[in-house]
This record gives sequence, C-alpha cells and structure tokens, in this order.
Amino acid sequence: MKANVWTGRNRLEIQDVPDPQILNARDAIVRVTSTAICGSDLHLVDGYIPTVKKGDILGHEFMGEVVEVGPGVRNLRPGDRVVVPFPIACGACFACEDGLYSLCENSNPNAGMAEKLMGHAPAGIFGYSHMLGGFPGGQAEYARVPFADVGPVKIEDGLPDEKVLFLSDIFPTGFMGAEMCDIKPGQTIAIWGAGPVGQLAAASAFLLGADRVIVIDRFPYRLRRAQRTGAEVLDYEEVNVLDALRDMTGGRGPDACIDAVGMEAHHPTPAMYAYDRGKQAARMETERPYALREAIMACRNGGVVSVIGVYGGFVDKFPMGAVMNRSLTIRTGQCHVQRYTGPLLDRIRAGEIDPSFVISHRMPLSEAPRAFELFKNKQDECNKVVLTP
Amino acid sequence: MTDRFARALGWTSLALGTAQLAAPRALTRLCGVDDAPAATTVARLVGGRELLHAALLLGAKNPAQWAWTRVAGDTMDLGVLGRAAANRTGTRRARALCALGAVAGIAVLDAVCARRGTAKAKGPLLVRASITINKPREEVYRFWRELENLPAFMVHLDSVRTLDQRRSRWKAKGPVVDLEWEAEIIDERAGDLLAWRSVPGTGVSTAGLVSFTDGPGGRGTVVDVSLEYGMHGRKLAAAVARMFGEHPEQQVRDDLRRFKQVMETGEVVRSEGSPEGHRALRQLHQRPAQPIGGRA
Repeated sequence: MKANVWTGRNRLEIQDVPDPQILNARDAIVRVTSTAICGSDLHLVDGYIPTVKKGDILGHEFMGEVVEVGPGVRNLRPGDRVVVPFPIACGACFACEDGLYSLCENSNPNAGMAEKLMGHAPAGIFGYSHMLGGFPGGQAEYARVPFADVGPVKIEDGLPDEKVLFLSDIFPTGFMGAEMCDIKPGQTIAIWGAGPVGQLAAASAFLLGADRVIVIDRFPYRLRRAQRTGAEVLDYEEVNVLDALRDMTGGRGPDACIDAVGMEAHHPTPAMYAYDRGKQAARMETERPYALREAIMACRNGGVVSVIGVYGGFVDKFPMGAVMNRSLTIRTGQCHVQRYTGPLLDRIRAGEIDPSFVISHRMPLSEAPRAFELFKNKQDECNKVVLTP
Repeated sequence: MTDRFARALGWTSLALGTAQLAAPRALTRLCGVDDAPAATTVARLVGGRELLHAALLLGAKNPAQWAWTRVAGDTMDLGVLGRAAANRTGTRRARALCALGAVAGIAVLDAVCARRGTAKAKGPLLVRASITINKPREEVYRFWRELENLPAFMVHLDSVRTLDQRRSRWKAKGPVVDLEWEAEIIDERAGDLLAWRSVPGTGVSTAGLVSFTDGPGGRGTVVDVSLEYGMHGRKLAAAVARMFGEHPEQQVRDDLRRFKQVMETGEVVRSEGSPEGHRALRQLHQRPAQPIGGRA
C-alpha cells in the first residue's frame, strides 16, 4: 500500500510499504477514506519530538471502512464506517475506567521509553513517535487499529467524511480545551493560536456558554476564520497582547486562557524569539513556550490556564511565581478523545456545529509531502488539509 | 556506610586534585620534590588523575568498588615518593618520607573501602518490581498460581511444567544454550502470596516471592515481586541479561507490564515498532512504525 513516510527531518516521501496485518485479537484493519494533517504532525516532521524513526508512517487523524477484524472484536464488521480516535486505549485499565483514555496503561508497548522522559508513560498514539508506542499512522491506504472494540466510532447515518473526520482529534481536543476552562455565563476566554484547534476551541467555548472569546495569532487569514465563530481577534504582531487583553476585560484579564499553540510558538520581539529558538536548536530546551508564558501572565487571578498545544519535554523561564501567587489552575492533557466522540457526534447530528468549516485544502494522499509544505509554511492560506487515499 | 566512606574518599580526591592543579608548586615543595625539573608537570597530571577518582567515587551509583582506582593511584604515588626519598638528603628527604607515610596510610583506607565494595557487589542480587492490576485479587492470584501460564508474559521462559503441587520444571531460552531447572514452592497463602526457590543442585540458584494485596480503595490488585539470585545464580542472571542486553530488574518490570496486559486486555499488546510487546531490548532497537509484511 501507499503511505506517507518520515525519512528524516523535514523530509517526507510517499512509499510503498507492506499492508497491515492483525497483530492482536482486538485489532481491526481499516481502509482509510479520509485522513488529515495535524499541527502536531509538524513537531514530528521538524524533529522536535524525540524517538521518531526513519520509516515511520505519520498521521493520527483518520477514518475509513473496516475491512477485517480480529477474533476479539464483536461490535464491528467488515463494511462498517468508523472514525478512529488518535489515542489507543484498552478500555479496561484504571485510566480508561476513569475516562482518561490518552493515559491508557496498556496501549503503549514502549512505556519504558516514555518513562525515562516523563516519569510515567501515556497511552500509545497512532503515528506519533516510538515512545508513544511505535504505531504506524493513518496517512496511508490502510491502518491497523488496536482495541478496535473500544475506540472507533461507527458512523451509520451517511454523514459525509468531512463532517465527522475531526472527531478523531481536533474537535474533541478543542472541546476539551474549552471544557477544562469550567466556563460560567458571562465569562471571557482567550485562546492563543488561531489554527484549526484554536478555531474549534473558540466554537466549543461558545457552545459551552462563553460570553466572549478572544483569539490571538499573527496570520490574518487564520484570524478571519476564527472571527467566523463569533470570536474577537488580536494580531500579536500589531498589538501588545497583555495590554490589549487587560483593556478588553476591564483590567482583570480573561477568566480562562487556552494555549492552542504548543512547543513551536513565535514571538514578535526578535531577541525574545532568538533566545528560545537558539536553545531549542541546540537541544538545550525542547520548547519555545511564548504562548504558554503569555497565557499565564494574561490570565485573571484565580483563573484557569488550559493547555492543549503539544509540548515534548522541558520548558525554561516558566513563570511559576505567577501561577502560585495568583492561584492559577493549569489543566492539560492529550485529549481523552473516546470520552467525547459520542456527545460531539450528537452535536454534529443535531446541527449545532459542523467542524468541516476548518478545511481549506483537499488533496490526494499522493501529494502529502506537498500538503505538509503548504501547511507548515502557511502558503496559499492553508488552514487544514484533508487527504484522500 | 561503605558508600558514605567511599563518597568521603571521593571528596578527598576532589580537594587534593583541585589543589594540585591550582597550586602544583606548593605541593611539590611539601613533598620535597620541588628540585626535579618535571615536578610541576607530574603534580598536575596526578591532580588530573585525582579528579578522575573523584568523578568515579562521587558519580557512581555503587561507589565503593571504584576505590580500587584509588588503590592503583596510591601504588603509583608510593613508587614515585619512594624513589624521591631514596635520591634525596636532609629536609627534602624528611618531607618525602612524611608524604610517603601519609600516602601509605591513605592507601590502607582505600584498600579497606575497595574490599568492602567488592564484597557487597558479590552478594546476592535482589530485584524488586511492583504493578497494579485492575482485576480482583483472587483472579490475579489464580492466573499466576497456574505456573504454566507464566511463559505467556515472561518472554525469557520457554515453558513451565508442573510436576506436582509443589514442584515444577522451568525451561528458559538462551541465545546459545537453553537452561533448565527445577523449582519448588516453599510458601503459599491462597490469594495472598507465593514463594519459591530453585531446588539445590539443579544448576540455577534463585528464589522469588510474589505478593498480592488489594489496591487502595479496593481498586485492583497490587502485585509485588521480589527475586533473589544467589552467588551462582547471580553470575548466571548477569550472563543471561548480558546476552539479551537487558538488566534483570528491567526484565522483571517488563514481565509485570505484560502480565498486566494479559490480565486486563487478554494478551500482550503489540505494535509494529515493538512486535513482541513491551521489552527493554526492543526499545533500543525499534522497527520503523510501518506494517511488518511477510511473516504473520
């Protein structure tokens, strides 16, 4: 089959690889019908997530048709249409029983690797480094889906791929980012990053009752997309974000701040950017945490900082004094997708939201390397790419 | 205690080495060798060597054994100072003899520390690991007590055959030769614990204890495993570990992780990067994350 393979830092190739086979009784093989490129894939391609290996198939947002199931899968049959959540979860361990699916204790066969970097290991994730399992991703014609009796969501009513594909990651991720803010009526939520996750976090914040949402970015076309959710926007290259947020919130700051940027943020001041960029290039720091630092400084006293942007390792100059002295709550996590797929599918069915509004490009899988270029370099107003094998 | 002794020697090395590098002339004068043309260079080299001792004694997890490097250094110093004393007269000779005496005294301390360290390293090897399994205690115990189940998650075992209620025959794969030994259960409390040891004279000397307790708040079962490899078994365990490239402690932890997977999900979880499931060695040599192809 054809698959999008990482062959080195900033190098991707469409290669012919063997077709997947059932390895565990609870596996299913899915013929991928739609798959997407995620902002977090860029961290892998750029080489900032440790333990990515040449030959790895990328992609953790995908859906398709079941073509084969292992003897342990009773709820799916060949021909079923499914959306596959990006964290792999067994459904039976302590974490899964608590709804913390992205922390499944059984789905990461390389847990020992992750423990060295993070103390304890999170769940396995499709196409997301070897310390998160060494599972091939879904930017391919076929994919093996472990614990197929737990994660995949059956789509039975003919909803088109584009409406439900993002249940695999970015819609639940944006939604969880907003949910972690514990939004109450009248509240203002600020979101760093107007990418697809930031846009869906903005839409979710409104669904959850936010009064105002303010989205911060530097790309006008992305800010325009965020505006369509009803959010106000700030271009951090035009205004001082901390001052602007203070002015917009009566001097108090947003009630909650969402970091939808993660480890490769930018800073308008060249010297500030150079400081962390240099350290990151020298591998003295894995992150460029400008958005996170600013979200912490901006948040009102006693507010929530919700982190859904991806971080890989260690942050320098972390404003812990602000967090502690101002009673901030930091909430974070890889999304526990399986917890949200049912309720969010219901919202899509009910017409409350159509997450396909984030799509800007539709391309064949064979053009994945070019699609990554467009997406990474923000060319052609690229916002979200859907690939079809 | 031995470790604290070794660390103290490490700090001494650090102080002496720093002094020798910073003020080599003062040291050569103190030892009465300041008249030799190469004296400061030698003092600096010896200072560098002292820093090496310091790094080993202060950085190592089990420092005492590394005191042997100090013993070797002392021998070298004694030789140099002995020759210096023999070739000199007057105050210089007296100073060299004083230094010789001091080094001899230190050498005794170093040797004592190093011997204790070696003795400690040769003692039985103890390995402990623990995991929480989200299943009732009875069920977890029953699976383990059925010893023939063990190879399902202990990858180094080929088979376990029960001979009677107490005795069983174990076979392990080795890359070169297969190992076989007999074990007997020496204590058993149904649902609580199981202790066994290898039968003397069957080639391997090992003993183990596994205990099962209810998890906090009644959530799952905590499984604690302690293994001991005796003098003979220790060498064997180390050899096997070296052949597989894994530390015995890693092996036990990996075994428990797979045990948890078998109990909670029905089997060992595999990925394309780690097709055999969780295993330390495989984590160092991952397959790429793409389908395996060919062999099913």
